[in-house]
Amino acid sequence: MKSFLTSFALAMTGILCVVLLWAALAGNVAPDLPSPLKTWEESKPFILQPWEKRGEMDQGILRMASYSLVRVAKGFFLAILVGTPLGFLLGSSTLFYRMFDPTIQVLRPISPLAWLPLGLILFRQSEPAALFTIALCSMWPTVINTMHGVRSIPQDYLNVAKVLRLSPWKKFTKVWLPATLPYMFTGFRLSLGLAWLVIVAAEMLTGTPGVGGFLWQEYNSLIYSHILLCIVTIGVVGFALDRLMGLAEAKLRAA
Amino acid sequence: MQRPLEISSLSKTFDTPTGPHTVVKDFNVKIQPGEFISLLGHSGCGKSTVLSIVAGLQQATLGGVIIDGTEVNTPGLDRGVVFQSPCLLPWLSALDNVLLAARQAHPTLAAAAQREVALKYLNLVGVAEFASSMPAELSQGTQQRVAIARALSLEPRFLLFDEPFGMLDSMTRFELQDLVLELWEQDRKTVILVTHDIDEAIYLSDRIVLMTDGPEARVGLDLPISLPRPRDRRMASSNADYFRLRAEVIRFLDHHSRQFNREAA
Ligand SMILES: Nc1ncnc2c1ncn2[C@@H]1O[C@H](COP(=O)(O)OP(=O)(O)OP(=O)(O)O)[C@@H](O)[C@H]1O
Ligand SMILES: [Mg+2]
Repeated sequence: MKSFLTSFALAMTGILCVVLLWAALAGNVAPDLPSPLKTWEESKPFILQPWEKRGEMDQGILRMASYSLVRVAKGFFLAILVGTPLGFLLGSSTLFYRMFDPTIQVLRPISPLAWLPLGLILFRQSEPAALFTIALCSMWPTVINTMHGVRSIPQDYLNVAKVLRLSPWKKFTKVWLPATLPYMFTGFRLSLGLAWLVIVAAEMLTGTPGVGGFLWQEYNSLIYSHILLCIVTIGVVGFALDRLMGLAEAKLRAA
Repeated sequence: MQRPLEISSLSKTFDTPTGPHTVVKDFNVKIQPGEFISLLGHSGCGKSTVLSIVAGLQQATLGGVIIDGTEVNTPGLDRGVVFQSPCLLPWLSALDNVLLAARQAHPTLAAAAQREVALKYLNLVGVAEFASSMPAELSQGTQQRVAIARALSLEPRFLLFDEPFGMLDSMTRFELQDLVLELWEQDRKTVILVTHDIDEAIYLSDRIVLMTDGPEARVGLDLPISLPRPRDRRMASSNADYFRLRAEVIRFLDHHSRQFNREAA
């Protein structure tokens, strides 16, 4: 308990330092940067009435975040739905690995900004294009960690499966899946982080309501304090998501 | 009448970065039904390689393993295997680990009857009380007992052990040796035990197959152990035949390691 309080106090001090630095910069070095106080004043209606809907792009910050979260959730599930089996295939078949690993290494570093226009061409609508982009960009950690997990299944367990002559299905459910699960979860966690990273870009380009869309709109309307509000929100939500996945992962390891 | 298990002109060559490496060459053993044999030799001579070929986990390069007149080169439920480390699946309870095997051996039984089988063998090896424990909660010795129960629940004709007591402290090792002896007395399965413990091999076996040092290890000495059964450890330590056999094994191993060292020099 005491060590928890210490780390909490230290973390708060760290945040305070950054806010002070922000305040110092806002006045003079960066004249267009709104000060923390100004940011708070202008963001109040969004924070204090987080669920309020006043217009398409004028909504409480939690409501905005929830639109983004739903979009991320869809893209993320698409990513793990495709990524997990792909990882299993790559991990279990050398032939498949040698065939597709080079392609994956080429696809992996492509930015969401590059995928999105392609998505718009393919789907002609912003929503599916955004999901396409999120899924494509966030899939790789799941693919690679699952593959790595399959490769790391101890030979001992594989030998047990062999001498017991387990059927392919039993081998999968009793040996492969449980042995790979922790690796898969690490992949899921990283993928979710990436999906959240991509959402802002996707919403900015498609102009859909959400934290990213709001951020871009307020930039165009020259309300800079709202940009900062969005940045902070994106950070906090991303942090919360990672912690939640971390908790789920710890639960899984303990079970 | 069942026919012997035959290891016939077995050779195994591995491709290594430094060229082909023949671990065993022209290895021949016949094992009678109900016989308990030990495979003894210096570390690295190829004991595990031979055993895993019999288990069907590796393929022979030349020759092979013949059971009932047919060559086997895949694992089979007629052969129960116990490895050096217990190799229990850590996400399954002791019972579920054994049940995995019991279900394979008795696919047509009802679930409750399969459970009965698994429990019966856990009971037989004396760990029924730990049925619902996870492997990580069990001592090495208990885990190895569960692994033996898993092999037994296949109700196999052959039991293959690869240094099953190697990782245990000596007290636990004695207990498990006695357990294996007792189990074998009950139904006389054919047993192949890989070990490098001379006393263990003499105490348990009908016959010790001593391997020459690799590469190209062969059967160096096929030594019948004619000590009366049932055996007990105290008798073993005061029996003249026992000491003669022990001396013979040591002489063989000593000679081969010296020969080996001479060749290496
Ligand atoms: N997959 C492999 N590739 C190359 N060499 C191998 C392979 N497996 C085993 N060997 C070699 O074969 C030889 C025999 O190995 P093996 O494990 O059968 O010996 P062992 O008698 O069981 O030894 P130990 O008593 O240490 O268990 C060793 O020299 C080992 O390096
Ligand atoms: Mg070995």
